[in-house]
Amino acid sequence: MKQDETIAAISTAAGEGGIGIIRLSGRTALEVGDNIFRSMSGRRLTDVEDRKMILGHVIDGSARSIDEAMAVVMRSPRSYTCEDVAEFHCHGGSTVMRRVLRRALEAGARLAERGEFTKRAFLNGRLDLSQAQAVLDIIQSKTEAALEIAERRLTGADEIKSLRRRIVEADAHIEAVIDFPEDDLEGVELERIDRTVEEVIAAIDKMLATEHSGRIMREGLRTAIIGKPNVGKSSLLNYLLRAERAIVTDVPGTTRDSIEEFADIDGVPLHIIDTAGIRASSDEVERLGIERAREHARQAELILALIDGSRSLTSEDEEIFSMIEGRSAIVLLTKSDLPRLASIEGKNFIPISIKSGDGIERLKELIRERAGVPRELNMIRDAREAEALRRAKKHLVEARATIRLNVGIDFVSIDLRSALAALGEITGENVSDAVIDEIFSKFCIGK
Amino acid sequence: MKKNFFTEEYDVVVIGAGHAGIEAALASARIGCKTLLTTLSLENIAMMPCNPSIGGPAKGHLVREIDALGGQMGIAADRTCIQFRTLNVSKGIAVRALRAQADKKIYQAVMKEVVENTDNLDVKQVLIEKILVEDGRAAGVSTETGEIFRAKAVILASGTYLNGRIIIGETIYEGGPNGQRAAIKLSQSLIELGVRLMRFKTGTPARVDGRTVDFPKMELQSGDEPPQCFSFMTEEPVRNAVSCYLTYTNERTHEILRRNLHRAPMANGVIEGVGPRYCPSIESKIIRFPDKERHQLFLEPEGLRTQEYYVQGMSTSMPMDVQIEFLHTIPGLERAKIMRPGYAIEYDCLDPLQLKPTLEFKTIGGLFSAGQSNGTSGYEEAAAQGLMAGINAAMLVKGGEPLVLRRSEAYIGVLIDDLVTKGTNEPYRMMTARAEYRLLLRQDNADMRLTEHGRRVRLVDDARWEKFRSKKAEIEAASKILLETKLTPSAEINQRLQSIGIEEIKSSMPLSELFRRAGVRYEQLRKIFELPPISEESARQLETNFFYEGYIRKQSEEALKAERLEEKMIPEGIDYDEIINLRAEAREKLKEIRPRSIGQAGRISGVSPADVSVLIVFLERRRRLNE
Repeated sequence: MKQDETIAAISTAAGEGGIGIIRLSGRTALEVGDNIFRSMSGRRLTDVEDRKMILGHVIDGSARSIDEAMAVVMRSPRSYTCEDVAEFHCHGGSTVMRRVLRRALEAGARLAERGEFTKRAFLNGRLDLSQAQAVLDIIQSKTEAALEIAERRLTGADEIKSLRRRIVEADAHIEAVIDFPEDDLEGVELERIDRTVEEVIAAIDKMLATEHSGRIMREGLRTAIIGKPNVGKSSLLNYLLRAERAIVTDVPGTTRDSIEEFADIDGVPLHIIDTAGIRASSDEVERLGIERAREHARQAELILALIDGSRSLTSEDEEIFSMIEGRSAIVLLTKSDLPRLASIEGKNFIPISIKSGDGIERLKELIRERAGVPRELNMIRDAREAEALRRAKKHLVEARATIRLNVGIDFVSIDLRSALAALGEITGENVSDAVIDEIFSKFCIGK
Repeated sequence: MKKNFFTEEYDVVVIGAGHAGIEAALASARIGCKTLLTTLSLENIAMMPCNPSIGGPAKGHLVREIDALGGQMGIAADRTCIQFRTLNVSKGIAVRALRAQADKKIYQAVMKEVVENTDNLDVKQVLIEKILVEDGRAAGVSTETGEIFRAKAVILASGTYLNGRIIIGETIYEGGPNGQRAAIKLSQSLIELGVRLMRFKTGTPARVDGRTVDFPKMELQSGDEPPQCFSFMTEEPVRNAVSCYLTYTNERTHEILRRNLHRAPMANGVIEGVGPRYCPSIESKIIRFPDKERHQLFLEPEGLRTQEYYVQGMSTSMPMDVQIEFLHTIPGLERAKIMRPGYAIEYDCLDPLQLKPTLEFKTIGGLFSAGQSNGTSGYEEAAAQGLMAGINAAMLVKGGEPLVLRRSEAYIGVLIDDLVTKGTNEPYRMMTARAEYRLLLRQDNADMRLTEHGRRVRLVDDARWEKFRSKKAEIEAASKILLETKLTPSAEINQRLQSIGIEEIKSSMPLSELFRRAGVRYEQLRKIFELPPISEESARQLETNFFYEGYIRKQSEEALKAERLEEKMIPEGIDYDEIINLRAEAREKLKEIRPRSIGQAGRISGVSPADVSVLIVFLERRRRLNE
């Protein structure tokens, strides 16, 4: 079986099931997988027998655990795609999954196209003829969904275009001088190109840092749910977690911090502090309620302050209000399905009922707003863009190294073109056409 | 009433004996097809109606590729060029390019001699009026004087002669370049065959009398010493016999041009055709770049036995009085007399999207087209297409596999793929900027890339084949030794290295690693290591391979990825309307261009990666259904 280049993707749909699977398929799937995984037993993925689950950790670049995971390998041709396949079954919500996926991309896999696993399965004979039309429909429908999202896009595109423009200008100058050596053109100043490239790299870094509002999307928006006992903290937490249907079980003995939890609210990951405290039913924990709440409020980037709408305000509620003074907070008046007794003057709040679903949409909207993430941002498109940006950056870094090597401006142009090709995947422009148009519009050619 | 009569039967008839027609006819005849080369005038075989130079970036690469495949241009250029320069020496190994000044008349004479002495090749002066098509296939041609030549394949290489119109200011007449006749009826014949034509224009500057030029007022430009040559087969050293001269326009020149712009045919609407952006007339330059204070002009001799000098950079279609007036504002040309005026030429060419990558028409079997009639410009571009059309016409006649070069294999591949996949909306010129794998497409390795292809189609003769094989073998043998010889750092080794001026090594490495250091030469290493003697050319190539290995490997990997898609062929009869999952835009484009491979399909603008996926899955389904 001739295997294709290795691709990776999150292969469980967001919001389905408690386990998320990152799948790798292709020629180097096992090697790439092995690079990002340490098994408990110390066995390498490349040595593990087919279809056997092994426990371990997906690790980041400095060998720190990203998530505990089960890994399984299936060698060609006995896999879904008939290629070598490695899968990681992770616990984490979508934020963790994205980190695992990114590790796989860093380790040498390419982000899978829409429907690409299925396409390979079909091309390699794993799916029979009757399924061919279904495969075509999958490719088409996924593409249409993606196109629709692309059309609705709000941010980033213009900035990427303007970065690309600067590289096109730099490259066109080099190429004009190469293709028209006897024309009266200004010489290429590599220092200037180096500066341009440096600035573009900095701009890409900034975009990557704010990718999905940056750290928030990587690590989650640190969120505290505070309120007096029995106000509905636990219901809200369970609702938020269930909404994403991410994992809700914390297996003791794993390395994950058992008092943290991730929820995904329409693409905004919330890193919820002290879930254990919220869930605890023991009196002792609840007794500590207010002190704990103060501590969490201090650490949080977003506070969800819960006030029981079905009861009158108490001094504890007043303390909650004082804690969120001047902070990014959303006041939720809970149990809105019951007659309201609490009266809050001069404060913004959302009446909410987990039971009836009242106020939930408004809450989600506010969370996105606070996280600075526009609604239209889409996880898949964003990962794809971020990957293209990272590749562009890599080539630009190489361009700077090439400038230092002093092997000829043509080599600098090769790196710049690779960067342009990567950025072109986002903006949809062709490298050669763009550069040639730039040459003729900018330079007076014609010896 | 003219009497048409059957005259003779050929395998291949070539219309036009310019740079495309010559290569086409020579290739076809050498491969063994009975071939007829036709021209409007036997005096004008291999005429260079524009600049007297061959080569330059990407164009010099084309010449070397033509040579590596067994074409004629490189050999003829080496024999007849009178000044040689290597451009871009410091800009990178891949873009280094040879450019030479030709003696136009001698070049023509040499080419005429070659075609007249090639077996299987007849040369005739006739005006072709009609391409004969029977049952959707080319069947021959008929001439103005009634001859009918039947043929299994016809190659159109009619340059800028199709419906040509010459424009010098207000003076306009039908004609080809240099006072030639235009081919008016042939254009009509193509329209009748359903061929889609476009209207392009190009231009050329005046030639001035060398006796009236004040050369000391200009900058001298000499050739390189020692000069390099184009052909891998050239043994005799080439030599520099002439110089070129550089001068500049000035504000007075521009003022005269500006004052007369209303008389410029390109500005006042007389010219409808699309001109090339890379070769603008002097009047377009001052319109488009009004801030530029001066423009370069090169004076290039047209040959050793003529006083004509070509004024490169001064292409114009201004009326004669304006041409004379502005010419005299230029330092060194104050007294210059014009021998031939500059002119613009408008001509019909066909939309190359109608061609297959073999340069055969999609809708008319056996009819090929090459050169400027395909919407390109330049002698080298024409010759490259002519060669490929000749090879593929011969393959068609002989029942052999066609030869389609890949973008990662040759500039010729880039050129033809661009034409038949993207089309062109201006006269297409080859540029290094068009090639994505240019580190692989160097001048120095054209033979390594292409000579085996040339041999496969039986165009490369035994002498070239033997030379290539021994070069390849010696490079391979030496590389093997260099890779297998391990160096370990020791006082003795380092001392030996230092004795030939190489810095000491600190860790073990294969001998080949030393080439990573700038300036290390094979000959140098031969002084202290046991290495076989190899030719200088082989040594340079081997050093390049090792020095740039990292960069080369990166591009090879990219090329390899693309190649896998090139190998996936699309059956000719595929019905794109059957593939309901294609987007409408993609379907229309695919129906028009009918790509040969999945790789080509992916390069069509308007065909997305998802459309390509859909196509791949559809083809697999079709294949299994047919099983």
